Amino acid sequence: MNYELIIFYLFASVLVAAAISVVTVRNPVYAALFLILAFFSSSAIWIMLEAEFLGVVLILVYVGAVMVLFLFVIMMLDINIDILREGFIRYLPVGLLVAVAVAAEMIFVLTSDTIKTVVAPARHAADYSNTEALGEILYTDYVYPFEIAAVVLVVAIIAAIVLTHRKRDPSTKSQNISHQVRVKSSDRLRIIKMDAETKTSNKVGE
Amino acid sequence: MDSVMNFALATPEMFLLAATCFILLLDVFLGEKCRTIGYIAALGALLTTVFLVVSSYGADKTEAFNGMFVSDNMSVVLKTSVLLIVMGIFVYARPYLIDRKIFKGEFYSLSLFATLGMLIMISANTMLVIYLGLELLSLSLYALVAFRRDDGRGSEAAMKYFVLGAIASGMLLYGMSILYGLSGSIDLKGVASYVASQDIMSNLVLLFGLTFIIVGLGFKFGVAPFHMWVPDVYQGSPTPITMFLGSAPKLAAFAMTMRLLVSGMEFGSMGWQQMLIPLAVLSLVVGNIAAIAQTNIKRMLAYSTISHMGFVLLGILGASEPGYSAAMFYVITYAITALGGFAIIIILSHSGVEAENLDDLRGLNDRHPWYAFMMLLFMFSMAGVPPLVGFYAKLAILQSVVQAGFVWLAVLAVVMSVVGAFYYLRAVKLMYFDKPIQDELLRMGTGFNALLTTNGFLVIALGLFPGFLMALCVEAIRVSL
Repeated sequence: MNYELIIFYLFASVLVAAAISVVTVRNPVYAALFLILAFFSSSAIWIMLEAEFLGVVLILVYVGAVMVLFLFVIMMLDINIDILREGFIRYLPVGLLVAVAVAAEMIFVLTSDTIKTVVAPARHAADYSNTEALGEILYTDYVYPFEIAAVVLVVAIIAAIVLTHRKRDPSTKSQNISHQVRVKSSDRLRIIKMDAETKTSNKVGE
Repeated sequence: MDSVMNFALATPEMFLLAATCFILLLDVFLGEKCRTIGYIAALGALLTTVFLVVSSYGADKTEAFNGMFVSDNMSVVLKTSVLLIVMGIFVYARPYLIDRKIFKGEFYSLSLFATLGMLIMISANTMLVIYLGLELLSLSLYALVAFRRDDGRGSEAAMKYFVLGAIASGMLLYGMSILYGLSGSIDLKGVASYVASQDIMSNLVLLFGLTFIIVGLGFKFGVAPFHMWVPDVYQGSPTPITMFLGSAPKLAAFAMTMRLLVSGMEFGSMGWQQMLIPLAVLSLVVGNIAAIAQTNIKRMLAYSTISHMGFVLLGILGASEPGYSAAMFYVITYAITALGGFAIIIILSHSGVEAENLDDLRGLNDRHPWYAFMMLLFMFSMAGVPPLVGFYAKLAILQSVVQAGFVWLAVLAVVMSVVGAFYYLRAVKLMYFDKPIQDELLRMGTGFNALLTTNGFLVIALGLFPGFLMALCVEAIRVSL
């Protein structure tokens, strides 16, 4: 077993353990943190596969942006774990049966002889740049899927706005900056001319 | 022709994208009163795209964008059908949307994006583009199902659809990644040449990848045993969205199946044939028998869709050209018939209440004989009564199944169709022989009525003269393979 393989198994076992923890821990904040750990380990594996750019992007985008939002949402929401776990025991036997069947089949296939005939791609030279290679093909060979992916993102934005944007309730009190700036002294203080009050008027109530 | 940078081939897609973005922006500047302008613009965009698509008919199979995009007769016929069906949906949906105060520009922009996704799927030539087109379609549909966001059942349906759709996409992607790992190519031609060099029945990993792809396709088609989402989503969505879900995406799913299984793995047909047989049998049995027990008309039509998709799979699993063209004919004509069926539900749920139960059909003949007659045509066509188009479509499928040597499958399909005829005829009985429960007037606009009548006559005309459309399908399959 060489040095590289040891590192691979290290990261892979951390990844599997973290992924299992994501679905088993009770506290959603811990689950999110374990997901971050899973992302870190998988990005390490990607870097070992010579996909440095993707590994870095995974950390920047998922850990840096998406997971922060995730944690933010989890802390904002008051999640009742008991309701989420309702019916867990009831569905466990069926779920377990399906999971075991699928896992057994996958182990059977993935340890069979045919998988060993799959040839691993050749290793690149030390001066190979993954970022450069991606940059070269992304806007040339792969321009069509790239543009479609952009359209998919636009649809995601539209869908999010359609489903969440609501007209503001008119009774809600809010600041209107332009009104605040345009305010004049006459809007704040009104000077009224009136006759002087005499003392007799105070005695009305007596 | 230079296939590397042949952008002009994708003109319909590019035009539709530009037009959709324009309609999206137009909607921002139009007030509540001028929504009709957006509606007309959407119809205009679709019609122009139809002309752009049709103008490329008859050319040889050509590729663009470095082999990622393919244009052939199959793509032209399917794209034209999808675009015309979406136009029909827009016309049918309008009164419902206005009535429910959801006549918004977003309905049109999301539907147009979904249509664009279908066009992309139909013309996809690599697994990557198939997947991206599918996601574009599905994402728009998830949002459309949840369009009435204050409606609890709509949100529930959208959640179910989203979660199951995401699982299905995951399955499909996993299968694709295994195929990519084996063949070293995301290109369907590369996959095809790899599969041709292998014996699929002894290559366990290839079968493994194929299984995941079939599971993903099964979910998207909505065939048993991956049909659980279909009735719930059909029932929970607003009726025009149900109409959308039940018609046009089936054409895209057919194209996706043809590209993945036939263009990509034709030499592995031994493998997928045996996987499709149980799916088709289960769909026919589950769809037809479960539909009998339904009292909700949308759920009934959902189960009916499941059984019809079983028929489409019967055509594909023969792995022969007559079978493929029969399946293509079936899926196009089914979409036309389903469109009309859902239009009747829209009419019935016109005045505020949601028509959902079979009882709402009671005495339709007394309330409006013409609508009742149209519904009769759609129901008879789905049941497969001659001379309507459903009969000819079923006949073509059965012929191809018998030719492929699966006589028992053909017998089962006939028996199940007879079982299925029960619930279609029950709907007809309710309309003609029962007394109406409500007696308010049913009235729709001229455009709606004209389209419904055309739709009904199309079901008769295609049944009496199926030759033209059938010839188109046969030619499309012959040139595309």
